[in-house]
Amino acid sequence: MSEKVLTCIGCPLGCTITVTMHDGKIESISGNTCKRGEVYARTEVTAPVRTVTSTVKVAGGILPVVSVKTAGDIPKEGIFPCMEELRKITVTAPVNTGDVIVENVCDTGVSVIATKNVEET
Amino acid sequence: MKKELVIIGGGPAGLAAAVAAYDAGLRDILILERDERLGGILNQCIHNGFGLHTFREELTGPEYAGRFIKQVEERKISYKLQTMVLELSHDRIITAMNREDGVFQIEAESVVLAMGCRERSRGALNIPGYRPAGIYSAGTAQRLVNMEGLMPGKEVVILGSGDIGLIMARRMTLEGAKVKVVAELMPYSGGLKRNIVQCLQDYDIPLKLSHTVVDIQGKERVEGVTLAKVDEKGKPVPGTEEFYTCDTLLLSVGLLPENELSKKAGIKLNAVTGGPIVDQRLATSMEGVFACGNVLHVHDLVDFVSQEAMLAGKSAAMYVQMQTKDYDQPIALLAGEGVRYTVPAYLVTEEMEEPVTVRFRVTGIKKNCKIVVYQGDVQLLSKKRPVVAPGEMESVLLKKEMLHTKEAIRICVEEG
Amino acid sequence: MYDVVVIGAGVTGCACAMELSFLNTTVLVVEKEADVCCGTSKANSGIVHAGYDARPGSMKAKMNVEGSAEMEALCARLDVPYKANGSLVISNTEEGRAKLLRLLEQGKQNGVKELRIVEKEELRKLEPHLVEEACCGLYAPTAAIVCPFELTIGMAEVATLNGVEFQFETKVEAIKPVEDGYVLTTTSGEVRAKTIINAAGVYADELHNWVSKKKRRITPRKGEYYLLDKEVGNHVACTIFSLPTKAGKGVLVAPTTHGNLLVGPNAEDGTDKSGTNTSRHGLQEVLEKSGRHVANLPMRQVITSFAGLRAHEEEDDFVLGEVEDAPGFFDCLGIESPGLSSAPAIGKYLASLLKNKLGLAKKEHPIRQRKAVTRMKDLDLAQRNAWVEKNPAYGTIVCRCEEISEGEIMEAIHRPLGATTVDGIKRRTRAGMGRCQAGFCLPKTLEILARETGIPMEQLTKNGRTSSYIKGKTK
Repeated sequence: MSEKVLTCIGCPLGCTITVTMHDGKIESISGNTCKRGEVYARTEVTAPVRTVTSTVKVAGGILPVVSVKTAGDIPKEGIFPCMEELRKITVTAPVNTGDVIVENVCDTGVSVIATKNVEET
Repeated sequence: MKKELVIIGGGPAGLAAAVAAYDAGLRDILILERDERLGGILNQCIHNGFGLHTFREELTGPEYAGRFIKQVEERKISYKLQTMVLELSHDRIITAMNREDGVFQIEAESVVLAMGCRERSRGALNIPGYRPAGIYSAGTAQRLVNMEGLMPGKEVVILGSGDIGLIMARRMTLEGAKVKVVAELMPYSGGLKRNIVQCLQDYDIPLKLSHTVVDIQGKERVEGVTLAKVDEKGKPVPGTEEFYTCDTLLLSVGLLPENELSKKAGIKLNAVTGGPIVDQRLATSMEGVFACGNVLHVHDLVDFVSQEAMLAGKSAAMYVQMQTKDYDQPIALLAGEGVRYTVPAYLVTEEMEEPVTVRFRVTGIKKNCKIVVYQGDVQLLSKKRPVVAPGEMESVLLKKEMLHTKEAIRICVEEG
Repeated sequence: MYDVVVIGAGVTGCACAMELSFLNTTVLVVEKEADVCCGTSKANSGIVHAGYDARPGSMKAKMNVEGSAEMEALCARLDVPYKANGSLVISNTEEGRAKLLRLLEQGKQNGVKELRIVEKEELRKLEPHLVEEACCGLYAPTAAIVCPFELTIGMAEVATLNGVEFQFETKVEAIKPVEDGYVLTTTSGEVRAKTIINAAGVYADELHNWVSKKKRRITPRKGEYYLLDKEVGNHVACTIFSLPTKAGKGVLVAPTTHGNLLVGPNAEDGTDKSGTNTSRHGLQEVLEKSGRHVANLPMRQVITSFAGLRAHEEEDDFVLGEVEDAPGFFDCLGIESPGLSSAPAIGKYLASLLKNKLGLAKKEHPIRQRKAVTRMKDLDLAQRNAWVEKNPAYGTIVCRCEEISEGEIMEAIHRPLGATTVDGIKRRTRAGMGRCQAGFCLPKTLEILARETGIPMEQLTKNGRTSSYIKGKTK
């Protein structure tokens, strides 16, 4: 039996969650305040995921870059490959919040979307 | 020009105040924003984690700002961008300037101060060493990276583990920089726990608590910094120096409410927060002037800024609609044992129809404690907290029916 | 072949260049840094000393009194901030009175006017924030404060307007006498000059020793300072000195012409002539000494700290004039305090020496004045609006702490000897000099500098060479 102590990143509360494991299986989860904490703990000990936020280049916009995010969580090991893919992209202004910038980034099934409007110059 | 309400600052506080004032019936509202767009500092906070309280979902900074900008646009509330307020006079005459109008004055019936805060600079810390290029406050670096697409450096040391410092550690790493270490003067981090996990631990960036920068090397561009351990008084311990080569030093060493306008106007400020002293309506010592957001006291969550700002907007609207009344002696709210300050600082009981959220910060980390509110010797309420920390704002809710005297109210952190 | 090459574009070099520019001659100023006013001239107390400190009969005394007497008129011509705020040397004990009287006597000998001893009661009236123990003081109403950056820049601009050339990022590496003068080997190539003015600050001894057998030695004497927020700029009105010691005038407390409060310097002899780093112990020393005469100094309002190096010469006097065994090589050596106060007189003196040496005639109609960058903040509403109407850029504030507009920054770039670096903009406009120390305005200042000069963002620097801000694009 083993114990893993995690800090929940689900919200700013940052609960300390203890996960008890037995033979690679979760026996119990404690310390979380809400359901989100349990979900976080479950994935964090098996297949951790994160939301990625970054920017991509914009051509012809009032800003040279537009902020973007993965529309959902992607596997933690996918963060840098995702960044690499975003590095190659240039979008053309205007860009609107919610516009899909990359579909199914790095085969994660998750899209990257714009989080800001960038108007044309 | 005359306006019923002028809001100084178009960041999250100003936007929420404008929306709330509109919804409370005001129409003659003007927002003055010094930057090129509405949204304030949120425009450069491209990470997520905003809005869980307000919108029940996790948004990035620009998205969060976008929601409020949309509400402002829908209500057709007017605003002026790239407009700097130069002065607020005792009789609420605002002098401002921009490219289109030049210098102009507005007679405002009411004013909401929502100017936000600024970052403490190296100078305020007296960090010795050279003064080369490559020393940035974390927010400046954030703007360069996230808004301008420019990299301020490739090898980075960060002083201060406030949230902006932690967020920038991750951001710089994602953009290909090597963040060597984050040093924190205090024995605990000033940032949110989740940011320690997802910004430092995820990327194996070491966090050195009780450490500070004791020297900066490099005559032209930063070439390295020396860290040293500090004792309980925050003084560097000789012999603990460690040199880190780097081309960039980011400082995330605290935020200061930007109250130069308020000071010049003669508005009374709280020495602890650096923000105006307000009652529960967020009315300052100057009639018809209200304050909210980081200009009032530095928040850690924008959701609370929005809540507070809505109250300020609503209060301004009520002020315009009803003008002043003669109030009885207000009740003072005091920071007791273990508490640094409270906002508001006093209660005008005649205006306490709704429960009052009193926000405050504690003086140090305490585990298994309780927050207790007294009026004189009477305990008004007590709430258990597994842990409290200076980095995270606390609050209690006070209701009119709890109060039976005019005695001062004290908020304390106690054992147990 | 230039008639005169001035080495060093600090306040001394620029004063020489300006005075020479009133003559019919060809002058080149070479400077190793990227701008004027980058060494000792940028990191000092900004004081125009009355002139009682220097030993009677010394060059320091002569130049100080003459320079200070001329400073106000010069600043008016050059549109440079100047304020006759007066100075006080304070004694906390009755024993100190004798020393004050000696200073008074010395001042009289040096020709300082209006100098007098003031007693406790008057001291309090002059300076309510003095410590209780302050019992008597030497009051010099003629002492003043000046903006050292603008003074240096102003003189350099006038020199430029009259045809003097400036070459920056040019370090002199060797000087060889030749038949008709000197050949200077610099990092930008060879330069020939009939005569040389050595105004190289802390490095002036090295240059001197290349051409002369009589060796000189300059010790860089470091002084560290705190600069406080404008909010507390009126904590004192006069410049407050301690009784001087061997090491100098001690830690002073003074307002600046722009309304900040300056506290410092200490004095520490070193060996590194580029060692302008502050130190923990140095700043601590200033802190400890700062409260000797002024009570309740609001040190929580510090916005920055910095260090400067005084060019201290062993003989403790200015060395001015032609070097005996190096004809045509003129020294301005050992220019420590009161160097700033003396600069106008040193410039005149050196120009007169060169005039005689080279037989130069006066220029017919030299330009003697200049207008500084517009200071929007100091204008009234109608005047400001006139500027915004002329150019809307004057309506956009870039530096919010000092209220500096985009128009002012553009002006600083597009003027004679205009700014090419961020520090250059800062010293010409004050953008970035306020309480946030450029936290907010740096990105915008870089953008304007890149746009107006055409220099790519990545090549923009703080103060030349490798002091770049940006290490590439994110993508």
